Amino acid sequence: MSQAAAAHYTSTGLDSRKIAFWTFIGSECLLFGSLIATYLVYEGRSVSGPTTHDILNIPLTSFSTFDLLMSSLAMVLALAAVQRGDRVKARVALGVTALLGSVFLGLQAYEFTHFVREGLGFTTNLFGSTFFTLTGFHGAHVFVGVVWLTTLLVRSFQGKLGPEKALNVEIAGLYWHFVDVVWIVIFTVVYLIQTTPIAGT
Amino acid sequence: MGTTTIPHTETTAPVAPTGVWSWITTTDHKRIGVLYGVTAFIFFLLGGFEALIIRLQLGSPNNTLVSAEVYNQLFTMHGTTMVFLAIMPLSAAFFNFIIPLQIGARDVAFPRLNAFSYWVFLLAGLFINFSFVAGPLFGANGLSVAPNGGWFGYANLTSVQYSPGPNIDFWVLGLQILGIASLAAGFNFITTIINLRAPGMKLMRMPVFTWMSFVTQFLIITAFPVITIGLVFLLFDRVFGTTFYNVAAGGDVLLWQHLFWLFGHPEVYILILPAMGIVSEVLPTFSHKPLFGYAVVVYSGVLIGVVGWGVWAHHMFATGLGPIADSVFSASTMLIAVPTGVKIFNWIATMWGGRLEFKTAMLFAVGFVSMFIIGGLSGVMHASPPADLQQTDTYFVVAHFHYVLFGGAILGLFAGMYYWWPKVFGRRLREGLGKTHFWLLLIGMNLTFFPMHFSGLLGMPRRIYTYGADLGLNTFNLISTIGAVVTAVALLVFVYNIWASRHDRETEANPWNAATLEWSVSSPPPVYNFAVIPTVQSRLPLWVADGVTPATQPSVPPAPIHVPGGSHWPPLTAVGILIMGVGALLHHAFLPSLITALFGLAVTVVSIYRWAFEPFEV
Amino acid sequence: MSEHSTAEHTHAAHATTMTYLVVAAILTVITVVEVGVFYMPAMKPVLAPVLLVLSSTKFALVVGFYMHLRYDHNLFRAVFALPLLIAAAVIVGLLFLFRVF
Repeated sequence: MSQAAAAHYTSTGLDSRKIAFWTFIGSECLLFGSLIATYLVYEGRSVSGPTTHDILNIPLTSFSTFDLLMSSLAMVLALAAVQRGDRVKARVALGVTALLGSVFLGLQAYEFTHFVREGLGFTTNLFGSTFFTLTGFHGAHVFVGVVWLTTLLVRSFQGKLGPEKALNVEIAGLYWHFVDVVWIVIFTVVYLIQTTPIAGT
Repeated sequence: MGTTTIPHTETTAPVAPTGVWSWITTTDHKRIGVLYGVTAFIFFLLGGFEALIIRLQLGSPNNTLVSAEVYNQLFTMHGTTMVFLAIMPLSAAFFNFIIPLQIGARDVAFPRLNAFSYWVFLLAGLFINFSFVAGPLFGANGLSVAPNGGWFGYANLTSVQYSPGPNIDFWVLGLQILGIASLAAGFNFITTIINLRAPGMKLMRMPVFTWMSFVTQFLIITAFPVITIGLVFLLFDRVFGTTFYNVAAGGDVLLWQHLFWLFGHPEVYILILPAMGIVSEVLPTFSHKPLFGYAVVVYSGVLIGVVGWGVWAHHMFATGLGPIADSVFSASTMLIAVPTGVKIFNWIATMWGGRLEFKTAMLFAVGFVSMFIIGGLSGVMHASPPADLQQTDTYFVVAHFHYVLFGGAILGLFAGMYYWWPKVFGRRLREGLGKTHFWLLLIGMNLTFFPMHFSGLLGMPRRIYTYGADLGLNTFNLISTIGAVVTAVALLVFVYNIWASRHDRETEANPWNAATLEWSVSSPPPVYNFAVIPTVQSRLPLWVADGVTPATQPSVPPAPIHVPGGSHWPPLTAVGILIMGVGALLHHAFLPSLITALFGLAVTVVSIYRWAFEPFEV
Repeated sequence: MSEHSTAEHTHAAHATTMTYLVVAAILTVITVVEVGVFYMPAMKPVLAPVLLVLSSTKFALVVGFYMHLRYDHNLFRAVFALPLLIAAAVIVGLLFLFRVF
């Protein structure tokens, strides 16, 4: 094999960065899995203070969920545009994705401040601790994603996000969709399935 | 610009740069491996010194060498240091140096990320050990603020209520930072092993050391996130007043134990699998016979990794889990003895009928097998909950895990050191001193830990700084202490071996006549590893007739090889993370803490951006 | 084995813009159904299983189509599935150990 070919030889024909990123996503499953497990295990065990039924706002969070799902659509359209070399559509789609992500964060900030005013703080009870930590970790991931997407948008305006850089956008997309998928789980398990403990166990 | 490249001309091959800055900015897996090895070995000696003080304190009843407060710090730091700062990074030293060579690659998939892992490890190790002298910064005496809650930090001893000082903060933050290093390395090596194997190096042709390391990396990336969360909960409880481990608020201290052992049990397989991999290389080489049952050994390693996820609560048999949980975890724990036993039989069968050559590496490998059997037997005894109710929290457990971790992992790592020393440094360690080191260590280790089976069953609890004179424990403890001194002497012999052999004659590419690819390049290897990437046709490429030989690696590469230079962004990113940790440590002083943490965040983010956008070609 | 480049293999089947839009529509519909089910008192006894099935469908759609896993090399599926299974087992195990069931 020539040395030039050797420099780019891979055993699978796949890009190492994509493989590495999927392993990172795998580890994130365990990160959020532990947070979700803790939330579920502690659900209903708060000794005092507001809990799920008292305070969760389903209409607001349903809209957030829809917002994040649409941001995933925008993300995947952005990737397709970058792969095609369509600079304008790529910038619009990346911008919309980041914007929808920011809307999600704004709604979450509103929700958090509303909860605090209603008497549910980080340290109020088990629900406060588990809820804010779980959704806070998720929100922090969304924030990092928005920063990442904004960086890609700036690179695009600098003319440095052509089709040869599509993998960078693809990986940002994997991150963004995974964050969306984690929210799908959180929305279901925290907001929609509000369990109470079975008496006697 | 953060990078340099190494020039290549038509008549000379690239050569590694020299100087301290080239080491600080290195992205060469071989140099990173050496950095890991040297740093880890120093931490190993530090952890050993802590153990020696522990044993001197326990050598006689009612002793007053150290106070209870100091003793608590000693055993906590000994355990934390040995697990996270010695054994794991010593394994990482071998992952780094050996894996790319064994799979026929020029480096790992992400060389800068590799360097980053090392610097984060070093800084975290310094951070957590700084606690030994940091007392005055917190208005306390020296030797008072080092972590003191045990290496497993059980809640709610670690709460602010029962541990008001910064001790546990040092521990939590140190471990969090170390976790980043391990995770990054995990992504790196998984990708490397999947994607950078030489042509013909199918997965089932990889050396067993690479295979066991592969399984280890999967354990790392799945187990570390769990302890990350457990530590986050503890940190939040301590800093913000959340209620994760607060019983009065409805929390459960057992949540900590579950989260810790969900990590902790895979962690012990992380500690032992690389050593098992090393032994699986050394035994065939010095038996002049291929490994018996390669496929079965590989599958057993994979099975140990998978089943290892299902046994964690066997560390909690005394916490009232209930009969169903007890039975399930007892069964899974006994089950995991099977693939382990299979590997032991395969190792023995490898030696059976072979032409055995007892070089020092071989002695350590055989020592591993025998000591690990003993440790495994006491482990299986723990697997029965009723039996464990007597054994748990006694020195019987201390005996068990030191047989598997010292008699197992450490002996295995020494086997690797003697085996691969010539490849790394270009000269062999001396055999006479090596054999002395081995026998002193074997005797010392057994003298130290075998009596603990008896003192444990007689009821000597763990983590006590002294004991009464009329409990029947005096002789056992005295023998253990003598053993600890013998062990220390053995380690001095090893250090002397390194020093004495430093000017011995240089060695050839394959001094042991071994079979795997790392022995086809010079000792030490050129900076670019392989002048020509080999094509592999068997598991034992240097032992087959038309296979790879050192002769197939010309001293000057036939075509230009691009060797990436260094970068200073990985170490700078590590520094940023350390500064964030220091900020969190100061949480009692709000404004200084916030400013420090934000400054650290800024350094980290800027460094990551510069790293991402610098031109760097592998 | 012949040399490989780092470029992605081209796939015979590939998601199109229409695919993405259809998936987005399905995701929206499922979300509406989920919220609807939440508000229907008659569904209370089966709320949890129904919602878990619905959200798992959304999960699979995003992972399969938006994250492209349906079309990608098996390796990525394996690298994702193993930790995901471990995470699911950990959640279920802890729920049993803490007597939530």
